[in-house]
Amino acid sequence: MSRMVVDCRRMLCPMPVIKVQNQAVKMAPGEELEAVCTDPGALNDIPAWSRINGHEVLETRTEGAEYIVVIRVGDS
Amino acid sequence: MTQQRKAVALISGGLDSLLAARVVQEQGVHVEGINFYTGFCVEGHTHAIRKKDRAKPKRNNALWVAEQLGMKLHIVDIIEEYKQVLFNPKHGYGANLNPCLDCKIFMVKKAHEWIQENGFDFIITGEVIGQRPMSQRKDTMPVIARDSGATNLLLRPLCARNLPETLPEQEGWVDREQLFDFSGRTRKPQMALAEKFGFDDYAQPAGGCCFLTDAQYSVKLADLWRARGEKSYEMDDIMLLKVGRHLRLSPDFKLIISREEGEGNFMQGYRNQYVSLKTTSHPGPMALVDGVVSEQDLQLAARVLARYSKGKTAESVEVEIRDMDANTRCLKVAPMGPLEIIPEWIL
Repeated sequence: MSRMVVDCRRMLCPMPVIKVQNQAVKMAPGEELEAVCTDPGALNDIPAWSRINGHEVLETRTEGAEYIVVIRVGDS
Repeated sequence: MTQQRKAVALISGGLDSLLAARVVQEQGVHVEGINFYTGFCVEGHTHAIRKKDRAKPKRNNALWVAEQLGMKLHIVDIIEEYKQVLFNPKHGYGANLNPCLDCKIFMVKKAHEWIQENGFDFIITGEVIGQRPMSQRKDTMPVIARDSGATNLLLRPLCARNLPETLPEQEGWVDREQLFDFSGRTRKPQMALAEKFGFDDYAQPAGGCCFLTDAQYSVKLADLWRARGEKSYEMDDIMLLKVGRHLRLSPDFKLIISREEGEGNFMQGYRNQYVSLKTTSHPGPMALVDGVVSEQDLQLAARVLARYSKGKTAESVEVEIRDMDANTRCLKVAPMGPLEIIPEWIL
């Protein structure tokens, strides 16, 4: 399955959350969305936003100075 | 079967909006949260910049509130639209550059538009009469309801019994008797209600959730507008106002000097947009130049930067100047003496 990637580098929270939110509404349930961030707060905020809005967090990881969160879009 | 009513609650992340939403949830109403991001929200960009703050737990309080309440949260970017609120507040500014009343009217107006677009019935806020000197007063409550266009669809559950009945009360969507009559600056009733609901980890009230209520931040913003000859800003401007020491060395430019490593790392990301300086012969901070500079200005900026480096007592300090295309050159300067830094430079 293809995975959409949103570039949230240099954005500080909550902008990465807003960017993920605005992309997720355009996607179909089951599709995957990857956010590449430089604000470590995204590692908490994107999963929190995903939990309350019915999306599944597939992965969170740190690669050097970048923080990556992958979610599967829910059907709500 | 009666139809379940739907409300949207303005969620700041503080205790009052948490309680207001919960009080209405308790009455069987479906509540979702909405949080507006102006660019000046303390919640946002404070996390990631300073190194000392990185050790603290990071939490977006609006998201945390939504999670506690088991409700959805919609975060709305109003950065661009908010500029007109800040530039021309009909009801004026507070003690600093905080247009609190216009801000509240604008957010309720946006929430009103949102409920119309999304088929919701009414709006909830955590306002309490007398809680805030500018926006939460007995005489401003009806102004917010009227000027936002929300009128009787705006319910303030924490002080509703001190106010005229709203449509949700008149129609029996909520029971007025189970709403509250809080007033004044005391936090005790809210804390007691929080305890009743079992909330003990909420964000502490700390003088607002907006940088515009901060005196020092407002001085820097006013300086930015003065230097530009107009009220204008971009997101990068308001981010950089939060970072570093700002010295207005001339009407044409200011120097932003990092105060610690975290700020220096953050400011590195702006080197392609601003001329930057760093000391190379001695450890020291980095600086960005905001404005138009002559060679003489750069000499001055380098001497000031050297003053804030470990070489401040040395005879000379080498400073690397980097332009926006990453071309570098070196200046050798005498650091400024402590009395040469003019207090009026420091914003």
